Amino acid sequence: MTHQEKRAWIMLVVSATAYSVYAGIILSRADGQPLPRVPYAATLLWTVGASILASIVLEIALGVVNPRASRLKDDRDRQIGRLGDYTGQSFVIIGAVAAMLMAMAGWDRFWIANVIYLCFFLSAVLGAVTKIIAYRKSFPQW
Amino acid sequence: MVKPTQVTNSIRALRFANGEMTQADLAERIGVTRQTVIAIEQGRYSPSLEMAFRIARVFAVPLDDVFHYPDAPEEET
Repeated sequence: MTHQEKRAWIMLVVSATAYSVYAGIILSRADGQPLPRVPYAATLLWTVGASILASIVLEIALGVVNPRASRLKDDRDRQIGRLGDYTGQSFVIIGAVAAMLMAMAGWDRFWIANVIYLCFFLSAVLGAVTKIIAYRKSFPQW
Repeated sequence: MVKPTQVTNSIRALRFANGEMTQADLAERIGVTRQTVIAIEQGRYSPSLEMAFRIARVFAVPLDDVFHYPDAPEEET
């Protein structure tokens, strides 16, 4: 497994874990009351910060566990990286457009912040899954 | 539309004909990861023209001896 494929796996696992923890905390706090009344901002920021930190720590840990592993990045890595980023970016646009429409329609800030966070999460997952499939199967030809 | 590559290659045969060169050796000589050599050999990845020339140069053979592309089907009249 190349270094870049390991990074895609880390992104997938960390993103899925961070969002699951966030959603779990928010839903457990709701306890029957409407979701917009649940305090979410600090939890959102902490899970985003923790996921960034976890990614860094895991990458360092990979280097410590297997210091002789190659960190070479070649043409194929770059092409797969671009494909994954390009694919994942679709959800960033969907999130931005959805948030803009929700703001114009006067939705609660809770929903606007959460739709953006959800789309960031989906973007990261879709990008990482695309990269992993491209590494495991084949790089698509158009 | 996504379609599988039609490019085939003889890298595996050429490696064995060149002193049983390992995938790692070839990867090092052309400056890519071993996984990329494996993907090219298995037809899961079509290398760039530049990388293809580097591979051919390692084996000291023309590009056509390494990579093959099927002839276009005859046009029906």
